[in-house]
Amino acid sequence: MVTFDLVFPAWQFKGLPPDWPGGFWWHFIVFSIIILAFVLTLVIMFIWFERRTLGRMQARMGPNRVGPFGLLQAMADAIKVMLKEDIVPNGADKLVHLLAPLVAFVPVLMVFAVMPFQDGAALVNLNIGVLYVMAVSSISTLGIFMAGWGSNNKYTLISAMRDVASVVSYEIPVVLSLAGIVLLAGSLSLNDIVRSQAQSVPFVLLQPLGFIVFFLGGMAEINRSPFDLLEADSEIVAGFHTEYSGMKFALFYLAEYAEALVLSTLVATFFLGGWGGPLLPPWLWLIVKSWAVFFVLVWIRATVPRVRIDQLMTFSWKFLFPLALLNLVVTAVEVVAWPEALPVLLIPVNIAVGAVLVILLSRNFKPGGSQVEA
Amino acid sequence: MKLDYYGLGIAKGLMVTLKHLFRRPVTVQYPEQTLNTSRRIRGNELVWNEEKCTGCSTCAKACHIGAISIVTAPNPEGDKYPVEKYEIDTGYCIMCGMCVEVCPFEALYMGAGYEKAQYRRGDLVQSKEVMKYTSEKYVSGYFYPEFAAQLPLQTLLLEKITEEE
Amino acid sequence: MVMKTEPLVLNIGPAHPSTHGVFRMRATLDGEVIIDVEPIFGYLHRGIEKLAEERTYQQFIPLTDRLDYVSAMGNNMAYCMAVEKLAAIPVPERAEYIRVIMAELQRIASHLIAVGSFLNDCGAFMTPILYMVREREKIVDLFEMVSGQRLTYNYMRFGGLSQDVPDEFLPALRKFIDQMPRYLDEYDQLLKENEILLARTKGVGILSKETAINCSMTGPMLRGSGVPWDLRKADPYSVYSRFEFDIPCGARGDSYDRYRVRVEEMRQSVRIIRQAMEQLPVGPVRSKTPVMLIRPPAGEVYSHVESPKGELGFYLVSDGSIAPYRCHIRGPSFINLTALREMIVGWKVADAIVIFGSIDIVMGEVDR
Repeated sequence: MVTFDLVFPAWQFKGLPPDWPGGFWWHFIVFSIIILAFVLTLVIMFIWFERRTLGRMQARMGPNRVGPFGLLQAMADAIKVMLKEDIVPNGADKLVHLLAPLVAFVPVLMVFAVMPFQDGAALVNLNIGVLYVMAVSSISTLGIFMAGWGSNNKYTLISAMRDVASVVSYEIPVVLSLAGIVLLAGSLSLNDIVRSQAQSVPFVLLQPLGFIVFFLGGMAEINRSPFDLLEADSEIVAGFHTEYSGMKFALFYLAEYAEALVLSTLVATFFLGGWGGPLLPPWLWLIVKSWAVFFVLVWIRATVPRVRIDQLMTFSWKFLFPLALLNLVVTAVEVVAWPEALPVLLIPVNIAVGAVLVILLSRNFKPGGSQVEA
Repeated sequence: MKLDYYGLGIAKGLMVTLKHLFRRPVTVQYPEQTLNTSRRIRGNELVWNEEKCTGCSTCAKACHIGAISIVTAPNPEGDKYPVEKYEIDTGYCIMCGMCVEVCPFEALYMGAGYEKAQYRRGDLVQSKEVMKYTSEKYVSGYFYPEFAAQLPLQTLLLEKITEEE
Repeated sequence: MVMKTEPLVLNIGPAHPSTHGVFRMRATLDGEVIIDVEPIFGYLHRGIEKLAEERTYQQFIPLTDRLDYVSAMGNNMAYCMAVEKLAAIPVPERAEYIRVIMAELQRIASHLIAVGSFLNDCGAFMTPILYMVREREKIVDLFEMVSGQRLTYNYMRFGGLSQDVPDEFLPALRKFIDQMPRYLDEYDQLLKENEILLARTKGVGILSKETAINCSMTGPMLRGSGVPWDLRKADPYSVYSRFEFDIPCGARGDSYDRYRVRVEEMRQSVRIIRQAMEQLPVGPVRSKTPVMLIRPPAGEVYSHVESPKGELGFYLVSDGSIAPYRCHIRGPSFINLTALREMIVGWKVADAIVIFGSIDIVMGEVDR
């Protein structure tokens, strides 16, 4: 494959030693702190950014009172939320109710264990990173289901059911869409995936279909609009966290945005070249790319209505799933038949194949059912 | 029904929201910035002109809430009855302006103030001292074009937003 | 295998984000599917018909604002027309034209709220409603200019208007109606062809022509089902017969059609206002009527207008005194709710909200 030595100077590939800055425990402590700081800072920035951007897109200002440009609004909210009374509804399953926010939040944090911030700069460079990410990130569904069940409320129960249904069905296209990437990169390690993108081109060009499927499926998995059925405020009030208040609610809120951060960084890592990029330091590239992805998430949230639960299901099973399968087949054929093919040749071919498949499937796609005879 | 527009419908909508990102917001940061209200504003206060009032109680009769209580002296002084008590409970008042409209002696005006919130219901009752008309008082031009002419022109959102011109 | 499932009773409302006030639906669910729904209302009941009987004719005008509080001008107009018919009060030409302008502006404002909150119910996160409220704000500014208040205008009187419009009103109105079609195009661009919206609303909550007529529906609900019935054409009141406008109709009677009918009606309203501005005569705006008390002759009268939500009728019985003996209000919101059960049963919870949003009710008018 062609290497873009000019665009990606060699110093970026030196990489950090796997136990930087020396010793297992130092590595563990330093990276735990880095991950916590990264997640919490970016989540707070993302909350601010989303509210500001949404505000501007809706012809209003967004938060602008606390701090310069309202930057400290999230802090103020956090303080307010911490001072609030912690209410456990009557008849709730107290233990489940208590544990749910933790179970929802911790896995999201755990995903970052394998996230490379720079070449080799990760808490642990797992050689099965993709599998780990997929496995761990779905655990937070359990937290949401626990919240829905433990709250003893019908709205939360409906919301929890919707979440389980959607996550179970969207897991499949998402994993299948990543299979194409794994085929191209020849590795399951996130760092190797980024490295192989740095040596050729970002995979969004080679895998346009995979990108679409992963992005849409990921949006459904983290319940962003238009797939935010489980927080559908116009239907089921606040969804699974209807009965939560105080710090527990804050954890859910945090988890929601941390999931958005996970999706943004994952898209950046898998498809947009992760930490690779000219001039800027690699970790900044990762942040910039995740931020760009998050902007698209916010942008979509500002525009589109919400889908219905059956439409959500059909979209996964009848649209994304076949697309992901076909993408996998096409990619596999390409990788086996022309292992040395230039990306320059493959890019237009893949984009054309993607466009044709999307149009064909769109024509034969029927979203959702209709009225049920009572 | 199919995906008729292959996502182009969504793309169109996305362009609209993107356009708004670069437009100026239309909201006003209220306590710092205030807009000029209408010249005919019916604020939540009344202004009462003691010199002109004859104590005829037409305003109290027109008020369908019964928010105006007026007590006059039993005997007229000259051509009018001295008003002993004149109170309006703005907690009941719905600011319909009927009292101002019917006043035959042009003695009652709407006030232009709209920031009259109180902590206690009792404080909402405006006595005649509070309502008393002085030439400095900011009086609305509701039914009084001569007052309206003195007030600043209303700020219109219509004219404020110029993002498209 | 037959699984034994239990129906789930879900209370939607009275305090719920998308019940447009304090409406309550007691829905019985089978999974997500609604198998039965029972509308419960009365949480905002204020006894406004009785209040009318306790007050003089004039004193009731401000209370009509509180019926359908997003279209207060239309309510003013309907009530004043009923009393004018009862007491045979003439209305000057200029007042009629300004009334029409106000009513049509109010129709635009009400439809903006209706469409905006409908799209919000579909799940578009606040964006459409905020855009539409921005446009409504301009109309409300105009209303504030003429009447002094932003929601409860109390602008119309028996025999005309309370005051003539100020000098700066007509230029501002001209500017508004020049801008409005452009903004309407923008809203169409925002969501008209949005695939998700189409999937959510097309074919959802179909109200057949027959059901609509049998339930005596009026307004955009009826027109969405394809019946071109508009009181402005069918029984022209005021000066509507002098204007040219179309009655937009839907084809299938689903939620999408009702949404489109409302958007098209806004365009027609802009058309009417433009014509009314051109024809606006000069003259008095209030005929010689007593300011305080009128005593209409004994008798009864029913007068109706096409309010944004449908036929708004006032039925007044006079016994010759200063107050109506009986006042009955035919609120379109209330009557448009009659087919709620037929439309919702069999759909999912999410659809129920969409269908309910497409009916466009205001609780002030439902509960009265």
